[in-house]
Amino acid sequence: MTNEKVIQVKDLVKKFGSFVANDHLSFDVYRGEIFGFLGANGAGKTTAIRILSGLSKPSSGEVRVAGYDIYRHAENVKKHIGYMCQKFSLYEDLTVAENIMLYGGIYGLSKKTIEERTTDLLRNLDFTEYRKRIIGNLPLGMRQKLAFSVAILHNPDIVFLDEPTGGVDPITRRQFWEMIYSASDNGITVFVTTHYMDEAEYCDRVCIMNEGRIVASDSPEELKKKYGATSVQEVFVKIARPSINN
Amino acid sequence: MRTILYLIRKEFIQIFRSKFLSKAVFGIPIVQMLILVPAFTLEIKNIELCVVDHDMSAESRQLISKLRGSDFFLLKHITFNKDAADNLLHSNKCDLVLHIPNNFSKNIVKEGGEKVVVLANAINAASAQIAWTYLRAVIQDYNSELVIENLHHSSPDMLSMINTTNRFWYNPTLNYKYYMLPGILVILVTAIGLLLAGLNVVREKEIGTIEQLNVTPIRKYQFITAKLVPFLLIGLVDLAFGLLLGKILFNIPFNGSLALLFLYSSFYLVAVLGLALFLSTISTTQPQYLFVVFFVVMIFVMMSGIFTPTESMPHWAQQFNLVNPAAYFMRVIRMVMLKGSGFADVLTDFRGIVLIGIGTISLAIWRYRKTV
Amino acid sequence: MKRLAGFIKKEFIHIFRDFRTLIFLFGIPAAQILIFGFAVRTDIKNAGIAVLDKSKDEISTGLISKLESSDFFILKQNLLTGAQIDQVFKSGEIKAAFIFETEFGKKLINEGSANIQIIADGSEPNVANLISSYAKAIITDYTMEINSIHNPSTIIVDPEVRMYYNPNLESQYMFVPGVIAIVLLLTCAMMTSVTITREKEFGTMEVLLVSPLKPIQVILGKVMPYFILSLIDVILILLLSWLVFDIPIKGSLVLLMLESMLYIMLGLSLGIMISTIAKTMQQAMFTSLLGLMLPAIVFSGFVFNLESMPEIYNWLSLIIPPRWFLTIVKNIMIKGMGFSFVLKETFILLAMTLVFITISTIRFKKRLE
Repeated sequence: MTNEKVIQVKDLVKKFGSFVANDHLSFDVYRGEIFGFLGANGAGKTTAIRILSGLSKPSSGEVRVAGYDIYRHAENVKKHIGYMCQKFSLYEDLTVAENIMLYGGIYGLSKKTIEERTTDLLRNLDFTEYRKRIIGNLPLGMRQKLAFSVAILHNPDIVFLDEPTGGVDPITRRQFWEMIYSASDNGITVFVTTHYMDEAEYCDRVCIMNEGRIVASDSPEELKKKYGATSVQEVFVKIARPSINN
Repeated sequence: MRTILYLIRKEFIQIFRSKFLSKAVFGIPIVQMLILVPAFTLEIKNIELCVVDHDMSAESRQLISKLRGSDFFLLKHITFNKDAADNLLHSNKCDLVLHIPNNFSKNIVKEGGEKVVVLANAINAASAQIAWTYLRAVIQDYNSELVIENLHHSSPDMLSMINTTNRFWYNPTLNYKYYMLPGILVILVTAIGLLLAGLNVVREKEIGTIEQLNVTPIRKYQFITAKLVPFLLIGLVDLAFGLLLGKILFNIPFNGSLALLFLYSSFYLVAVLGLALFLSTISTTQPQYLFVVFFVVMIFVMMSGIFTPTESMPHWAQQFNLVNPAAYFMRVIRMVMLKGSGFADVLTDFRGIVLIGIGTISLAIWRYRKTV
Repeated sequence: MKRLAGFIKKEFIHIFRDFRTLIFLFGIPAAQILIFGFAVRTDIKNAGIAVLDKSKDEISTGLISKLESSDFFILKQNLLTGAQIDQVFKSGEIKAAFIFETEFGKKLINEGSANIQIIADGSEPNVANLISSYAKAIITDYTMEINSIHNPSTIIVDPEVRMYYNPNLESQYMFVPGVIAIVLLLTCAMMTSVTITREKEFGTMEVLLVSPLKPIQVILGKVMPYFILSLIDVILILLLSWLVFDIPIKGSLVLLMLESMLYIMLGLSLGIMISTIAKTMQQAMFTSLLGLMLPAIVFSGFVFNLESMPEIYNWLSLIIPPRWFLTIVKNIMIKGMGFSFVLKETFILLAMTLVFITISTIRFKKRLE
């Protein structure tokens, strides 16, 4: 982890009509770290990540990603980021290789580079034989891993992952996180949202969200110390569901 | 731009990998040509005529044989019974009933004239109108014959007759298919453009893959171009295919310049595809898009002059047609195919479609947002 | 029962909230009626004509102004040579050219006959035909006029026409039944098949099926709003035709509504049947469009005369429901006939509905197993 801030958010507000999905969020993310956004469904995680990746405009607040102001330079931001969400990432009716070639081309990689990276990517995942397989015919776990690889194909500064491990078995989840570590080691900042409490343990720092607000923000160890808990899950329960606990 | 090429490549792969789409692209023209062309006919043939002859004279028989000899009429019944004839009319077994009164020949000679009454089944106003016009024409012919005969008997003076000769250019046999087939091609091209292209975009919206594109540095114009080009090409190919089928199945003439037609079709397709893209931005689901497009296409096609001439339409309708792309294309395709009209003849139509195209594409660009 | 009512209510709200569905449901019938009623004209008006008068005498100019003063024609060009005719047709301005031979008037009086060539643009056959017929009628009238000047006695057989069911020869009468038939098919069959199939594709149908609602209730709940909306559509169409065009309903309104309900049920069962067969929305859409709408428009005799089509179409039309419904509506609305006259057609519609329902039930049961 370095001291360079790649994401700076101050008082981010996002309203849908009168419903406040993000209520004055403020946080920073440093280059190279694995930063987690933890919370139940509907807490506002997806809304926030969509704003950071330039898919959605904030209602108010300051947001800087990869050194650019999201209001005025959203398109520049997109050159430096990758994105993966659980529902869809790759075209189901295209093959593995075709998907890689498409996104590689969109991000401006040369044909040679695409070719090289395709081979490397497939080899690292042990998927070489699936090169010409149609994505729709592959199991979910493989698709997720491929989607992640494609998201970082162009070596972005930051990669945004929205609930990337939903619906996958624990072993595949573990493997997925190995890939995240590997990316982080290579200097890519990883911003991940999740509702799996154990995944929070894998992050360098974690923000806990509840009903549109950030209710805690620190490294997992610090959080556990502060709240006298042995797991982040306990921390979460203590903060987000105080009425039940007390 | 390389990005555009990559995107276009992806579109084509998706289209031809889809079992359904790849069949539709060639299936739709075939269906339309085979089924619609013979069916869409407003040709009025075989008007079923029934004659009630109360007179049974030489004159009435002369009139009847004149009717029998006409191409347009099918003489179904000759009867004395008025009620029988009425029944035939009511039960839709004949279209027209001609009543020849019983003093017909006497009155013609003595009184100088006689009325005959024609009853028409006018539920279908168009055919009734046309049938009536033809019947009147035959009777007028009959009149002229009578007049000549009788005057030659009664007076040596010559009667002045204006003779008319009829010629029909570009379609001497008045083959209705020659008229309708270009119209059906317009529907074909429009359907490909609006339906296939627009549904494609809305589909990506519904599934969510459009978001994956929105998060990349891809530019609006690249996305739009990549969506337009494949369907532009498919539309042109389908047009060519349709023309080929028309030639093979119906021996449609093609008197004009193919290049001109395809040039115009390209402009037309761009205008229509722009509209499709714009409409896709206001739809979130495919059924919604289908409903809106159906509505739009129906109006455009009905007003375009496919069945009836636009010149006969009221003023407001003609004004509307100034922004109706289908009206332009309908005119141009018929003019080029059947009459061999050239570039100069369709210049104003070019201008019109270019303006419309600029309009629709601008709307599409304006409404398509990468950041919501 | 209460659950079902709540479900139906939710479906209703769903439909009403979406302006695009409303455009489709109410915009289409309104637009069709207005367009057919006001815009589409099978008659000719303002047809551009050109004249090549090689004679330019009193008689030829007299005839030309007679042609010009009619509603049908607008004189757009006075040609100088025959070579111009092709060009003037190609530009699309002119639908017919009239060529008067040289010394037209003189020949007419001295030799007893003179010639006019009518050259019509055959690319629009009906227009060409009508132009020729009307022109000939005008010319014949003119001939009679001239002859009365020279020859006092002329004999005329004067035909007088009475148009049954449509005394004013309004084209509207023809299409209102057709609009009802097509619109109902659209809403009931196409709309339901597409929306139900969509739920299948997106998986929300499964959710409904495991709910406390019985499968039959789910289906009923889904189609009930369309049933009601279609009825409203029929009323809307009849109301519009009456208000705007004064088109009456000669026969029993009650009978008409009952038959419409039968037809609506037919459409709904057809829509359901399609949704049990189609696997994706795309399939449902195209089946509805190509398999339903297109044949409906073509074969029902709505716009085009069945009699003028090749024989085989007449046979095929027997299995197209709109064809029968159209007959029913025309007989009731325009001819004012009673139930006994539409017995056969009603029976056929009933039979078709039962067939569709049976097929749907069988397929549905299969799916659940």
